[in-house]
Parts: sequence; structure tokens; C-alpha cells
Amino acid sequence: MIIKVIALNTFKEAVRDRILYLLLFFAAVSILFSRVLALLTVGDRTKIVKDVGLASISLFGALMAILIGTGLVYKEIEKRTIFTLISKPIRRHEFLLGKFFGLALTLFVMLLSMSVIFLALVFFQTWTIEWRMLAAIFFIFVELILLTAVAILFSCFSTPILSSLFALSFYLIGHFSWSLETLIKKARPGATRTFLQVLYTILPDLENFSLKTEVVHGLPIPASHMLYSTAYGIVYSAFILALAILIFRKRDFI
Amino acid sequence: MKTVLSIANIHKSFSVGFIPQKKEILQGISFSVAEGEIFGYLGPNGAGKTTTLKCVLGLIFPDKGTIELFGRPHLDPRAKERLGFLPENPYFYDYLTAREFLEFYGQLFGIKRHERQARIAALLELVGMEKAAGLQLRKFSRGMLQRIGLAQALINEPSLVLLDEPLGGLDPLGRREIRDVIIHLREEGKTVFLSSHILQDIEMICDRVAIIVGGRIMSQGRLADLISEKILFTEVTVSGVEEKELAGLGESLTAQAGRTLLKVFEEDRIQDILELVQKRHGRIHSLIPRTQTLEDLFVDMVRPQ
Repeated sequence: MIIKVIALNTFKEAVRDRILYLLLFFAAVSILFSRVLALLTVGDRTKIVKDVGLASISLFGALMAILIGTGLVYKEIEKRTIFTLISKPIRRHEFLLGKFFGLALTLFVMLLSMSVIFLALVFFQTWTIEWRMLAAIFFIFVELILLTAVAILFSCFSTPILSSLFALSFYLIGHFSWSLETLIKKARPGATRTFLQVLYTILPDLENFSLKTEVVHGLPIPASHMLYSTAYGIVYSAFILALAILIFRKRDFI
Repeated sequence: MKTVLSIANIHKSFSVGFIPQKKEILQGISFSVAEGEIFGYLGPNGAGKTTTLKCVLGLIFPDKGTIELFGRPHLDPRAKERLGFLPENPYFYDYLTAREFLEFYGQLFGIKRHERQARIAALLELVGMEKAAGLQLRKFSRGMLQRIGLAQALINEPSLVLLDEPLGGLDPLGRREIRDVIIHLREEGKTVFLSSHILQDIEMICDRVAIIVGGRIMSQGRLADLISEKILFTEVTVSGVEEKELAGLGESLTAQAGRTLLKVFEEDRIQDILELVQKRHGRIHSLIPRTQTLEDLFVDMVRPQ
């Protein structure tokens, strides 16, 4: 109940923030721009629209999660609004989870708005509703949930600017860590290989959530992959949130 | 009488600076607040008043010592359910309107919608903010924030209300109104814990006080016990008599427009002054005996630090 109240208030805070609409506007421009790019392309124009559209949704969704998420907890402490809140009969983890679910709800609504624009564009291109796109968008949402947890974790102990940099690094590393897999295969067995394997295990692999290639090129999506990716996202998010709660529980609010 | 808040020997230190150095803010604070009283917590800036309050509210964790609210550990949500708190310089969610703001806190306590709305209406009336109910808090003045903050502190009909500098930054009229609300709370049987450095207000409304200086409680008790009723000196304003002639009778404070303000320490001297004034055909404009005030007590304690 308390988590719900805080989540709804966080949602209210986020949707009354101008930065959200600025990002939504640019996301819309970027999605629509794919149509222009498609005109300049030789070959299958629909693929360009889908590819650029999904990439835009992923990127702007990530920016929303990071830019709003990193300020959520920090602002409460900095503006001292947390003083009144903690004095109420709530537990600290309820506060943090409320913030998390509030931002998740915000991102869901934003993702929905971007998807409507995107699906409409694809519809006018192909005159069919492509439901497979929804699978790709669902995994973008799972990725955003994980990013939200990361942004909130950093927000518990660091300023928004630093947190944004950390979270952005997490995002970038997460999208390139799959190349470690290739490196592991090429490395000789020994210390280097073990080190790379440990590194690959710890680092997030956000490419798990990217179904762009499959939906754009009409490749089959194995159910096992979908299950694995969903579980991976949930477990990783829960781990990061647990870490955030651990830090937050013992913090002094000076 | 039942104890609603008891603090026993709490210590708190913070590490400050680039090369962290421990600074002890609270050095063994102990006191208790009884049900139904207005308790004043006094101290100069930086004495540790807000730090004590933050320990009580669970915003910071004391290094040592225990805090009990209504006989329970202070972090127990069941204890916090009966607590109201108004922070110093209230900062609230400025994107909410006054009504949404009170709704939010009401929901946190799980108050049912119907009752919540009735309470919000009553509180808005109590703090005189009915007209601003639909306005976003970012448009509020300092005094308005203080009032809506007080309404927020009372949303759960608390048994104990903690107010951190509730009168700071208000104009005289605003101070009087908030003071009236505090007295109204006591009449309703609530306990009020008031942290402040505005002594005049404390003196007027508090039953008991504790004075904290440099992280230690220097004195605590009933106001009447702490302040002696003895007349310390008498202030006499006279005219028509040369200042030189009055020199031996008391300490001359000011002499303007033919009037001299004298500070007289011995009662016998007052008789001498009256006789002198009569002889010179002068006038007595005022004769005010001064007892010790809270301010005197406070200044005495703070000065040696």
C-alpha cells in the first residue's frame, strides 16, 4: 500500500517534469526521421524504418530512465523532502521500491506513447500491424527496468551528474560486453581466459534484450531465449535493487 | 504522567572534511517528554537540536544510546503512526498542490478516503489555507509553507507533534497564529515538542524546557523552577534631575531629551531616587522591576562556551 502511494507520487513527479516531454519530443522526431532515411535507401525501406525506430525507442527510453532515475532519490535528500517522508510510518525499503515502481510506471507510459507513433509509422509503410514488434518493445521495457534499478542504486550515494555518467557507462558497457564472448573464444586457456570469463559474468549483457535483428529481418525468436532474457532481466534488477536497499538502509540523512 | 518520548544518553558524531575528522555533535543527551505538555528544546545554532530530532525520527542513527516513543523502539512504524513532524525550513514536493500534498501524506497513513477528505478540509481551515488549496506549493511563500507543513504534521491526528523551529522566518502576525495553533493542540490533549531559539515564544507557551549547548543538556525542568522569581534590578526613568546627581544611586543607561534611564540594583536606593526627584520637582516616568528571563538564563549558559 505504502509502496503504491509513493510510486503514484513518483509518477506524478516525473510526468510534471519538463525533461520527460523534451525527450519524448526528440524520440518522436527520431522515430519519424526513420521515414526520411528510408527514402534515401536502396532496397527494403521498411527494414530501415523498423531498425531506426526501435533503436530510437531504446535510446530515448534509456535516457529517460537514466536522467530521471538518477535524480529521484538524490533530489529527495538534497531538497530535504525525505525528512518528512521518513518521519511517517514507512520503512526505508518501501520508499526505495516506491520510487522504483513509480519510475517503471512512467517509463511504461512513455514507451507506450513512443510505440504508438512507431507502430503507426510501420503500419503506414506496410499496411499490416506487425505484432512481432511488440516482442522487441517488451524487451526494451525489461532493459529499461534494469536501467532504472541501476540509476536508483547510484542515486542513493552520488550526485545526479555522476550517477548519470555511471548509469550511462553501465548502458554502454552492457551493449558491448557481448564482444567479450568472442574474445574468450579466441583467448588461450589460462589466466587471461579465466579473467575474461569472470568479467563477462559480472558485466551486464544488455544485448540479451535486443531482438531488433530478429524482428527486422523476420528471423525466428526461440522461446527459450525469450524466457532466459526475461529471467535475466528480473534477477539482475532484483540484485541491483537489493544492493541499493542495503546501502540506503544504513544511510544518515544529514 | 505517562512518558511519550524518552531519550537516554545518545551520542552522535559525524566525519567531516576532506581528510575525515570525527566531530561529536551529541555528547550524551538524555531527557523525557511527558504526555500533554509543551516541551521546549532550546539552544543556539549548531547546538545539536535538529540532530537530536533527526535521531528521534530515524533519519540518522545514533552511535550510542536509546530512544523510545510511546514505550516502543523509535523506529517501530507503530510508534511513528502517532507522530507528527514539521521540519525546519519546510521543503516539500513543489509540484503538488496543497490538497494533493495533504492527500499524499494522508494516504501514507492509510486513512480512508472519506475521513481523509474531512480531515484535510478541517486542517486547511485550522491553518487558514482554504483558499490556497488548489495552488502548487512552488507558488507558496515561506509563511504559507510553514502553515501547510503544520497541517501535514497533524494529518494523522498525532499524539506527539515535533516542531523544528516552527516560528522561524515568520512575521509577527504569522508567529502569533502558529502559536495559537500550538496552544490549541495542547488543549486537545496532544503533546508538543518544540525546538527553537526564539526564546520569547518558548517562554510564553512552554511548560518545561531543556537547554542544549554544544551537544550537551545544560539544564532542564519546569520554566518556573529554572527562572528565579527574584527581582534582579529595577529600571527607573526620570526627568528633571541632573544625570550627575543620580550617578551614585544606580547605573545610568541612557540620558536623552532630559530623561535618564537608570538600572537600580538595591531596593533601598529606589526610595532615595524618589525623594531626590520630589525635591527637584522632577518626574518619574516609569519604574519597572525586572525578574530573570529565559533569555538571561540562556545567555548565562551559552556565554562560557
